[in-house]
Amino acid sequence: MKRGVKMSELKKQNREFVLPGEEIVNSIDYLPGKNCFREGNSILSKRIGIVNVKGRVISVIPLSGVYVPRGGDMVIGKIEDIQSSGWIVNINSISDAYLPLSGVREFIDTTKTDLSRFYAVGDVIYGKINYANSHTIHLSMQDPRARKFRSGRIVAMSPAKVPRLIGKEGSMINMIKDAALCRINVGQNGLVWFEGEKEDHVVDAIKLIEREASLDGLTDKVSAMLKEAK
Amino acid sequence: MKRKDGRKPGDLRPIEIKAGVIEQADGSAMVKMGRTTAVAAVYGPREMHPRRMQKSEKAAIKAIYRMAPFSTTDRCRPGPSRRSQEISMVIRECLEPALFLEEFPKTGIYIYVTIIQADAGTRTAAINAASVALADAGIPMRDLVTSVAAGKIGNDYMLDLEYKEEEVTAADIPIAYMPRTKKITLLQMDGDMTVKETEQTIQTAIKGCEMIYEMQKKALKERWDIKQAEKPARKEAVSKPAKKAKEKGD
Amino acid sequence: MILINQHVASLATKGQRADKRSPEEYRKIEVENNPLEKPEGCAQVRIGETLVLAGVKMDLGTPFSDRPDEGVLMVNAELSPIASPDFEYGPPSEESIELARVVDRGIRESHSIDLKKLCIEKGEKVWMVNVDIHIMNHGGNMIDAAGIAAIAALHNARMPELKDGQVNWDKKTSKKLPMQARPVPVSFVKIEGSLFMDPTLEEEQNMGARLTVTTKDDGNIVSIQKGGSEALTFDEIKKGFQLASKKSGEIRKLIK
Repeated sequence: MKRGVKMSELKKQNREFVLPGEEIVNSIDYLPGKNCFREGNSILSKRIGIVNVKGRVISVIPLSGVYVPRGGDMVIGKIEDIQSSGWIVNINSISDAYLPLSGVREFIDTTKTDLSRFYAVGDVIYGKINYANSHTIHLSMQDPRARKFRSGRIVAMSPAKVPRLIGKEGSMINMIKDAALCRINVGQNGLVWFEGEKEDHVVDAIKLIEREASLDGLTDKVSAMLKEAK
Repeated sequence: MKRKDGRKPGDLRPIEIKAGVIEQADGSAMVKMGRTTAVAAVYGPREMHPRRMQKSEKAAIKAIYRMAPFSTTDRCRPGPSRRSQEISMVIRECLEPALFLEEFPKTGIYIYVTIIQADAGTRTAAINAASVALADAGIPMRDLVTSVAAGKIGNDYMLDLEYKEEEVTAADIPIAYMPRTKKITLLQMDGDMTVKETEQTIQTAIKGCEMIYEMQKKALKERWDIKQAEKPARKEAVSKPAKKAKEKGD
Repeated sequence: MILINQHVASLATKGQRADKRSPEEYRKIEVENNPLEKPEGCAQVRIGETLVLAGVKMDLGTPFSDRPDEGVLMVNAELSPIASPDFEYGPPSEESIELARVVDRGIRESHSIDLKKLCIEKGEKVWMVNVDIHIMNHGGNMIDAAGIAAIAALHNARMPELKDGQVNWDKKTSKKLPMQARPVPVSFVKIEGSLFMDPTLEEEQNMGARLTVTTKDDGNIVSIQKGGSEALTFDEIKKGFQLASKKSGEIRKLIK
């Protein structure tokens, strides 16, 4: 494969900043992936973000934007309303999510039990997106990681930058957990719960990641910051 | 022919664009064209209310343009006017072709623009601000939308008319333009001109849009492309090895 | 925006705040005078993330029948949807009306403007002074920011030219409005028994009660507004007065 030749065709290189409507490449050898579109022979970006070239697929990792729920994501949400067979949960996304009775681990006999005994309005939970489409978002609490938060703190960050907070195979988040001696639950929707000894370290790390998510050497920077903070 | 403010016919007024000025909004921008100042905030995609306004296959856009009471020479009453409602509509229609609305069916994208100081070209400033705010919010777009007005005074085709010029121009033609695909998404005209003059005026406006486009992109880069901002700082760090830049989160 | 209430509430029981401020500490206050040229006077105030713009516009009009020799002051507030996902256009909300009226009372009761000097012809023609407050970003404590912006804008204002009975707004004279005072509102909220000044948005969402005390230059109280559905004890109110007196003096220095 003449890979060397192909790379030079890119108008925007891998990891380069790009704006909506900007051309990344003018070649039919590539395919438009996430947040990209094809016009004629060109592939362009739909959003502000960072170019990501994987083989022949070009996508853009967005730097901003509302959280779009995907099945399998763990999210943090707040109970807004209780209905006859489930709960309405605010997940800070395009619309509220629904947690049906079937999504709860325990068996609930609605004729005998008041649903608010499980989750009351105002409770904050860590749940999984069971499925999401244009009509509805369903949550489930069946995942072993799912729980209700009774204490701790929550900080909001840009959902687009959550992957950087987690890091490759959890490398970044584990480093922060160890350095700050905190339990941390990360919601893909940009909400992060934590509790432990050095909670401020977690806040500082998140702020740093938010600011510099698109730069290289982020792991080293965060590591250095955490070491100094002691 | 020199204009009252010293500009040449093809010159824009001094323009200032800043992205991300309203923390609560999903995306925002401020645009100053001369003394005309517009602030735009975008919220969305969000659940669309009322339900009946939802579109089953794509996102619905709700644009509201307003003028602050202190923005005009004599105070304008707060609230909508027929003019502000018409401008709200043309703003929505001129931005729609640029957005990938099919990606978010049944949702609403809310665009609020307020003119905090009015000195001609308010709808063009509003569109420039809304366009940057939409990109700032991460709404998928085909291109940015750029807007400016042009006219003809005497034998000169004038770009970016200011207040007094609006009174003497043969016609006032604001356009909105997607520079990459060269598509016009807004075109209005008030005046009395030959066809050729009209086309020439539109051509003048298109040139203006191409210039403003670069400024919109620059504003977004300044806000989001940290690599660009970091470059000079890194150089300094190299020349001053003893000091380590410590940033406090804000 | 989703928040975990327990945190703000649990910190409050210990007298602590999420942003580490002390209960009597304000966020950074920035006052920008006349950021816009068109209005007769204007001011932009930033308290933390809260951003407010106030503009003063004047015009001729007829006085109220019961005050024929006084100019007319009107204060209007717009909680722009730009500023928060919770604001909508439409008929004025309770919140926007309360804000406008509290700021109005502070200015009026302190006689900040010598309205008698705005009389041109008794019973016939007077100056109307419109203060329009525009909230641009809601980060909590809009009332204080709005009150400061309004009085700063009034102090920045210069009268437009009046020629042959016509106002020419394009020509500003060097004459300022007849200003006599600088009322400053100081607000605090009660959360789980603790009193915190200059509440953030999160603190307002968790508050039981709110108290806004407006004082003028000599330290006198000119307006009080209690908000929220919980009660306050007299001791808490007295503490509020004490805090307001102290703090308003510092804030007043920012208004020239």
